[in-house]
Amino acid sequence: MTPLELADDCLVLGQRLAEWASRAPSLEEDVALLNISLDLLGVARTLYAGIGDEDALAYLRLEPDFRNCLLVELPNGDFGQTMCKQLLFSAWQVLAWESLLFSLDPLLSGVAARALKEARYHLDHASSWVIRLGDGTQESHQRAQAGLEEVWPYAYELFENDPALEAPWRETVLPVLVTATLEQPAPTWRPSGGRRGEHTEHLGYLLAEMQSLHRAHPGASW
Amino acid sequence: MLWEVFVRPRRGLSHVHVGSLHAEDAELALRNARDLYTRREEGVSIWCVPSAELVASSPEEKDAFFDPAGDKPYRHPTFYDVPEGLAHL
Repeated sequence: MTPLELADDCLVLGQRLAEWASRAPSLEEDVALLNISLDLLGVARTLYAGIGDEDALAYLRLEPDFRNCLLVELPNGDFGQTMCKQLLFSAWQVLAWESLLFSLDPLLSGVAARALKEARYHLDHASSWVIRLGDGTQESHQRAQAGLEEVWPYAYELFENDPALEAPWRETVLPVLVTATLEQPAPTWRPSGGRRGEHTEHLGYLLAEMQSLHRAHPGASW
Repeated sequence: MLWEVFVRPRRGLSHVHVGSLHAEDAELALRNARDLYTRREEGVSIWCVPSAELVASSPEEKDAFFDPAGDKPYRHPTFYDVPEGLAHL
């Protein structure tokens, strides 16, 4: 796990979650999702500032330069799918930050201490929603299961470089799925490539929107 | 379902009503309260109470409830000589 990979994960997911602004199921959930989005943005900024120029790293790179995992760049889908994605990713992120608490890189160990608390809350938030939706009405159950099927294959990429995290990740995620009465998907494919800069088509659109202002007005601020 | 939110700013103080919110269940109410009312370090403890469960005095009862206390100044502890040097009473 490099600082750039971790930062790109946070920036891209933060931008994705920001798309929920004014569109969440309730005003309260709107604020909750944007809080999470801003948590992630804060972590990304700290990491970028530690390795180079924040603006250049966030606004002036193209898709192949980004090292985020594919999971975070996927479109939001419906609310159930977003919550399933949040569950899988947050569960991994908690483990990742835990493993970096005693990193020899002071940038990583410093960020990990703060980010871990935030990630634990994100995991808690997503878990409670996945359970509520999965174990809710027939409609919410179907949507949650469909959302889970959509995002699950992308989770394998998280463990390509850190296989040791997969077992504890399953110990976190699977009990939530059981309580939510959701079935663990058994995908036949395992997309990957994000860490090498090979992304889905979705990242380009996300970056275009995120970077357009800075590219049109370099250095703009308010 | 509507909930009333009470936040305790720090240890030693009481929970104070800060507002209300919508949530489908108690767990969600607490999480929403955390996100809505304590995101700027406003508190260390949160209570959520279903608004329907609150018992409140009504404006029509105002006279009977509160007016009788108006002409009973002896209920205020203002008839004591405060010892010199007592900073906090």
